[in-house]
Amino acid sequence: MRTRKRTVDRALLRDAAAIAAAMIAVGASFGAITIAYGLPTWVPFAMSTVVFAGGAQFLAVGLIAAGNPVAAVIAGLLLNARHLPFGLAVSTTIGDRWRDRLLGSHLMTDEVVAFTLREPDPARRRRTYWLIGVTLFTSWNAGTALGVLLGGATGDPAAFGLDAAFPAGLIALILPSLRDRPTRAAALAGAAVAVLATPVLPAGLPVLCALLGLAVLFIPRLRAASTPAADDRAAAGDRTAAGDRVSGMPAAGDQVSAVSAAGDRAAAVPAVGDRAAAVPAVGDSVSAGPAAAGPAPSAAAGPDRCPSEASC
Amino acid sequence: MLIATIIVLGVGTYTLRLSGVLLRDRLVLSEPVQRLLPMAATTLLAALAMTAALMDGAAFAGAARPAGVAVGALLAWRRAPFVLVVVAAAATAALLRLAGVP
Repeated sequence: MRTRKRTVDRALLRDAAAIAAAMIAVGASFGAITIAYGLPTWVPFAMSTVVFAGGAQFLAVGLIAAGNPVAAVIAGLLLNARHLPFGLAVSTTIGDRWRDRLLGSHLMTDEVVAFTLREPDPARRRRTYWLIGVTLFTSWNAGTALGVLLGGATGDPAAFGLDAAFPAGLIALILPSLRDRPTRAAALAGAAVAVLATPVLPAGLPVLCALLGLAVLFIPRLRAASTPAADDRAAAGDRTAAGDRVSGMPAAGDQVSAVSAAGDRAAAVPAVGDRAAAVPAVGDSVSAGPAAAGPAPSAAAGPDRCPSEASC
Repeated sequence: MLIATIIVLGVGTYTLRLSGVLLRDRLVLSEPVQRLLPMAATTLLAALAMTAALMDGAAFAGAARPAGVAVGALLAWRRAPFVLVVVAAAATAALLRLAGVP
């Protein structure tokens, strides 16, 4: 048991090192860009410690440099509004102690939340939150300092493909959660909404609009009401089962394949779940098992996850 | 003025982060709604990943970045190590750009 725990932690440390390296590089470009805008040297340091939110920092220094600090605050806060639902999701992981909550909240970023949700076990989830949180805060600030020192010599992060590294990393981290069918339907519908809204809404809002994707969970309830499987499960608790019924909804399935073939295939790994989708009535009863087993999708996906999976 | 901007942005961001964490206790959430919280977080992260992969500001990001992300996503789906996913995505985008792909 102890050996297994150690190897698992080593895998986590390796993943943390990978994301830290990328954070240093992007942090360096943030530091360099801020100086290139002609802002004082203390600005990037103050931003990276006090704000500690990559996207908002880039957006804000651009607007500050353009002489529009009010827009910088509004745009930055709009971009960071997603942290409120993130906080709701990771609150129990951070713990009950005030010190932990006050400190842990500041460490909250997209990557920390993604790493945390990947872990099915609560104790490991907590360790992951703090390890990744502290690692990212440190590497982001070290990167910022490096960028200020090196200036233009840091180069364009896009030339190194770092702009592709972060979305790919996020996708890798949420894949285990996406093996849960209702989560996948909501996530893919939400991602489609966000992408479509991006050209027309200011930065930050499209991602918040993705929460509309959760609405797909309500549609199949209407559909499933007419299937025999639904009647069986009505006794077991109507509302708990609602999420599972996404599997009966063809519209969600279409979204899935339209937006990302990779995401859809990922579901084929537990085999049963994906096949079941072909027949709504069967799909309903089959998927009831794993989804009803735990309150969190990540926990529900737990038993399916292979212990030898390199990244777990 | 500059320091005020940074402090307001920092305090505002921290407030958003902390209020989610503290609000969780104040809310009495039914089981299905509790189940919804990690789903909401995953949905936000998926939206973030997809918009970051496909869009650059309000416009389409070009071909190199989505291709890099696609290679990374494919590797992730094949259960490749996280490090490999991140490095392969970056390398693909960087090499495509080196070859002149936007």
